[in-house]
Amino acid sequence: MIHFVLLISRQGKVRLTKWYSPYSQKERTKVIRELSGLILTRGPKLCNFVEWRGLRVVYKRYASLYFCMCIDEDDNELEILEIIHHYVEVLDRYFGSVCELDLIYNFHKAYFILDELLIAGELQEPSKRTVTRLVAAQDSLVETAKEQTSSITNIIAQAAK
Amino acid sequence: MNPFSSGTCLRDMIRAIRACKTAAEERAVMLGYPTHFGQMECLKLIASAGFPEKRIGYLGLMLLLDERQEVLMLVTNSLKQDLNHSNQYIVGLALCALGNICSAEMARDLAPEVERLLQFRDPNIRKKAALCSIRIIKKVPALAENFINCAASLLKEKHHGVLITGVQLCADLCKVSSEALEYFRKKCTEGLVRTLRDIVNSPYSPEYDISGITDPYLHIRLLKLLRILGQGDADASDRMTDILAQVATKTESNKNAGNAILYECVETIMSIEDDGGLRVLAINILGKFLSNRDNNIRYVALNMLMRATTLDAQAVQRHRATILDCVKDSDASIRKRALDLLYLLVNDNNVKHLIKELIEYLEVSDQEFKGDLTAKICSLVEKFSSEKIWYIDQMLKVLSEAGNFVKDEVWHALIVVISNASDLHGYTIRALYRAFLTSTEQETLVRVAVWCIGEYGDMLVNNVGMLDIEDPITVTECDAVDAVEVAIKRHTSDLTTKAMALIALLKLSSRFPSYSERIKGIIVQNKGNVVLELQQRSIEFNHILQKHPKFRSALVERMPVLDEATFSGRRAGSLPTAISTSSGAPSNHPNGIAKPATAPIPDFLDLSSDDVPAPSSSGGDFLQDLLGVDLSPTPAPSGADMPPKASTDVLLDLLSIGMPLPVQTGLSASDILSSSQDDKAPFVNFNGLASLSSLSANATSPANAAPMMDLLDGRGPGPQKSEENGQAYPSLVAYESSSLRVMFNFSKQRGSPQTTLIQATFTNLSSNVYNDFLFQAAVPKFLQLHLDPASSNTLPASGDGSITQNLKVTNSQHGKKSLVMRVRIAYKTNNKDVLEERQINNFPQNL
Repeated sequence: MIHFVLLISRQGKVRLTKWYSPYSQKERTKVIRELSGLILTRGPKLCNFVEWRGLRVVYKRYASLYFCMCIDEDDNELEILEIIHHYVEVLDRYFGSVCELDLIYNFHKAYFILDELLIAGELQEPSKRTVTRLVAAQDSLVETAKEQTSSITNIIAQAAK
Repeated sequence: MNPFSSGTCLRDMIRAIRACKTAAEERAVMLGYPTHFGQMECLKLIASAGFPEKRIGYLGLMLLLDERQEVLMLVTNSLKQDLNHSNQYIVGLALCALGNICSAEMARDLAPEVERLLQFRDPNIRKKAALCSIRIIKKVPALAENFINCAASLLKEKHHGVLITGVQLCADLCKVSSEALEYFRKKCTEGLVRTLRDIVNSPYSPEYDISGITDPYLHIRLLKLLRILGQGDADASDRMTDILAQVATKTESNKNAGNAILYECVETIMSIEDDGGLRVLAINILGKFLSNRDNNIRYVALNMLMRATTLDAQAVQRHRATILDCVKDSDASIRKRALDLLYLLVNDNNVKHLIKELIEYLEVSDQEFKGDLTAKICSLVEKFSSEKIWYIDQMLKVLSEAGNFVKDEVWHALIVVISNASDLHGYTIRALYRAFLTSTEQETLVRVAVWCIGEYGDMLVNNVGMLDIEDPITVTECDAVDAVEVAIKRHTSDLTTKAMALIALLKLSSRFPSYSERIKGIIVQNKGNVVLELQQRSIEFNHILQKHPKFRSALVERMPVLDEATFSGRRAGSLPTAISTSSGAPSNHPNGIAKPATAPIPDFLDLSSDDVPAPSSSGGDFLQDLLGVDLSPTPAPSGADMPPKASTDVLLDLLSIGMPLPVQTGLSASDILSSSQDDKAPFVNFNGLASLSSLSANATSPANAAPMMDLLDGRGPGPQKSEENGQAYPSLVAYESSSLRVMFNFSKQRGSPQTTLIQATFTNLSSNVYNDFLFQAAVPKFLQLHLDPASSNTLPASGDGSITQNLKVTNSQHGKKSLVMRVRIAYKTNNKDVLEERQINNFPQNL
């Protein structure tokens, strides 16, 4: 299973963390610090797998962001590379040519998309189209609810109370 | 209150928190509120009715809480309601949250809901429920049985998402419950094979296509589940062979997705029961991977090959050259994997070539890798050392290159081997000397060199035992002393090296008598050293050099050969303290036994100061007495009362002289010394000594028994000699109690009136069997006692049988003083340890 997902910028700033195994707050900061040091210093031509604390960390660099996923020893590392790419492609479809700025300002949406992709550290949905469709449906639900509350009728009803 | 304002606030708050690096900053952001504020807000949001609130609330919950917090329990009710909600997206939210962070109690509470949802009409809910179930069974394995049937039905789905999650659920069920494994193996293997075949042969589908392959994730999950089902079961494995062969041959391997599938396929082939055809296919694929330019693929291949070596070592050997190249790769991960793999591949044929390559690489490798590499090289060299000379050569090279990374046990082992290879002493010492001149910064090399120069200095100078392959080298005595002096004077030498160097100088002063003065000068310089160890050594050695030149040479005689068998046996039994003693500076000088490291040996100072000025009359027994005295602490289980015992009860100290002390084999020398050193394991060594004294067919280690028996037969009086009675002496009931009787029968050896042979007979007068029977005796200084092994160490009850043991006593004051003896008898009866001590004064006169 995937134990955690980490998105780190090239300068070492954390953009997104998702933990599927229990790590306490202190442990989390420690892990982030260690892995940042380990991964950010690796050269470009080296392989994308790092062994760390008996687990394996698979990372891939997209522009200025490092996408890291920590897996068990017996998982398929090449498949995790595919999953990382899957996530990036969905983000790309959703935001339209996604860049790091999108993730900074809409980090909650990045989490929503990740939740449609992974649960309990396992892959949920192989089809990008389905994922995008689901997230879009939920977004529209939010929109409709927003519209309803800000509609004129509601404001009048509130004022009258 | 506008729900969105709180939602936005929460979002901002979450954003701000994420941006904080420290807890202090977090607190500042929260304006002094504890973080619990955020948690309660999340709970409130989750409990509210609208979808947006719930969405944000669940997000906050997953970010701010984890399963270990008690607050999570409060959410259980909301979760339950949401799992039954009419809006399927809300159900999805709840399942997601549950699957990511639920605790064991929550899992138990909500498992029935999740089970129900596994059969929901909407496939998106079904897939989330499946993954949520995975977490539930991991947290509460007892619930696994409930999910077996539902999981099996998921395998027949058409929707890829549900199929993938269903397969994953089955895989995890199999890991958690063997019942599930059996069930799936029987019922579902065929279906899975069919599904895999369908997906492999399926036409292009834009929705699931990744680089030309339809849904590689499904391929991989199915292969993984088939692996779990096929492992250990020939029947299931049979059914999969076709499809596995198809996948292995048909999959394109130019893109990552294809390679991922091939990798999984190879893993599966390696794990299931197979006749061999598929295995060959798998190893070929791995070979192709290994020569791929992509680092990732090579890494993965090296990983897999380690598994493959256990199954088919021959095939992997073919790729040895490529693997050797990988050891030198620029990527640290690949280097490490390749080295591990190479270690498994070494056998007698290729070891010389491989070690040569590895040592060459050692010179250019970088620091982090050196430690690993050195350890591997050393263990390989030890495992495969067919010829001593090759072993010594390789170890010297490693020491010169990376001595600082070499562990203590390794160079101790090297010294043991050197001392055993007596014909190679000359070669070794010259090679070491040459190496020492070039690489003095390698600490371990300096230590080994210093020890060898001390031991074999004369061979070095006189060019003893030159082999044909050597270049001639002239080393004068001055050079040798210079070398050791360098070792002492170097400021980077540590305590061990300097201590070893001091001993080496003492040895050299005996081997090169003309240089005594100079050596004394060097030793004296350390008299005021702040480190106690060095100060003590230099003062004592100086004392020896000045006051006792006569027996200096006896002191520092060539060390007896250290027995390799014992050394490796003890090493396996991990008594590290003993090892450092036996390779340090043992029987040369009793104080030299004090370890270079920290363990204090308080008693020997007293004892040896008594002994040193009075070398006993029997020259050959000198070492024996010294070593015997050193044994005194051992019978006492606690080291604490050793010093008072040493000074007050001399007889009891001499108790150990009663032990048979074969000196010739280094085995016993190191045995005895280690027993006195090793405070940590007195009982172990006591048993060792007990076996020494009661050697019989029941002796523990045959390796120990054999040389000792020979020795004792050679030295001690055989039982047949007791018939030689020059004069008849009455037998003596030495000791009688309600439980035991000891009888002594005396006889004299013809031609030596001072020596009496005593045959001791022990009879058990109680009704319980005595086990571990041990007889020990001590005599005052004017007597010498020698104990033969007893006939057995089990004494049957009620005088049904007896134990006999022969003693030999030599009275140096024969005629003037009669024998007196103190005996100690220890045995076990009824699971109790019994100890009896008695002084025997009633020996016949004129013995």
